[in-house]
Amino acid sequence: MGAVSATTLWVVTIATGVLSLALKVAGHVVPARWLEHPRLTRINALVPIVLLSALVVAEALVERTRLVLDHRLAGVAVALGLLLARAPFPVVVVGAALASALVYHLH
Amino acid sequence: MVRPHPATLREALSVALTVGAYGLAFGAAGVSAGFSVLQTCLFSLVAFTGASQFAAVGVVAAGGGPVAAVLAAGALGTRNALYGLQLKPRLGTRGATTLLAAHLTIDESTAVALAQGARGEAAERHGFWVTGAGVYVFWNLFTLAGALGAHALGDPAAFGLDAAVPAAFLGLLWPRLVSARLVVVAVAAMAFALAVTPVLPAGLEIVATVLVAVAFGWAP
Repeated sequence: MGAVSATTLWVVTIATGVLSLALKVAGHVVPARWLEHPRLTRINALVPIVLLSALVVAEALVERTRLVLDHRLAGVAVALGLLLARAPFPVVVVGAALASALVYHLH
Repeated sequence: MVRPHPATLREALSVALTVGAYGLAFGAAGVSAGFSVLQTCLFSLVAFTGASQFAAVGVVAAGGGPVAAVLAAGALGTRNALYGLQLKPRLGTRGATTLLAAHLTIDESTAVALAQGARGEAAERHGFWVTGAGVYVFWNLFTLAGALGAHALGDPAAFGLDAAVPAAFLGLLWPRLVSARLVVVAVAAMAFALAVTPVLPAGLEIVATVLVAVAFGWAP
């Protein structure tokens, strides 16, 4: 993970808050026709899926700009198995953490 | 003032409680990415939109810069604007109440409100406000608990927190994969992110997958 500068952390915290709030307010105050385009709606419906997918692999397999196979992959593999077995969300997260920590300490 | 329908209240509160578990995961994710407990809590108090918050801290944890982190959060926040469009005529708010409604406009409050259709307009409003307020309270309390817990544990890798974060993303992704086509979109996005990782600055591979959404969503 490495050290991230304090400024970066504050910028991300504040800018994410302001931008998120601004987008929410926009939906309630701007005319509907500005935002209602079928193509925009279709693409927007896919955005959570692509970004969450990218976040899964980025967090599980990437160290800055390199691909690495380490303890995190073991955790995510266990998470996948638990999801396939229809385990609830907290079980999935805790199971992944336990598996990852185990592999981390064995190394 | 019409009393809320008991079934509406039940749905709203069960959603609010369920979200608590995700708040715990977010609190831990924020602190393991390097944010302070205060900053992690500010995300939940001000941004108050789970996926965007997870994305912002996820990009930072992946070594990304502030622009990539905020772009990823913004890309996920656009759907709240589209929810607002649907909610506005149903809530009939004005002035400061509109701002409050906007702040509580998230996946859960919108879903519960729109699911009340058969119980009438009052039930839609109750569903929105009770879910929004309930999720806000539980999301923030559990964010604080998760952040304090992760802070007390220390080294994220020693307790598996660095794997809990991608597992949480997978858990958030899973219920959205309701068709074979959406599974294809998810796999394509994963492959794309891995393929561009070596050639893009850290964190931008996440934002770049919006191109995959554009490619799949362009034609009906």
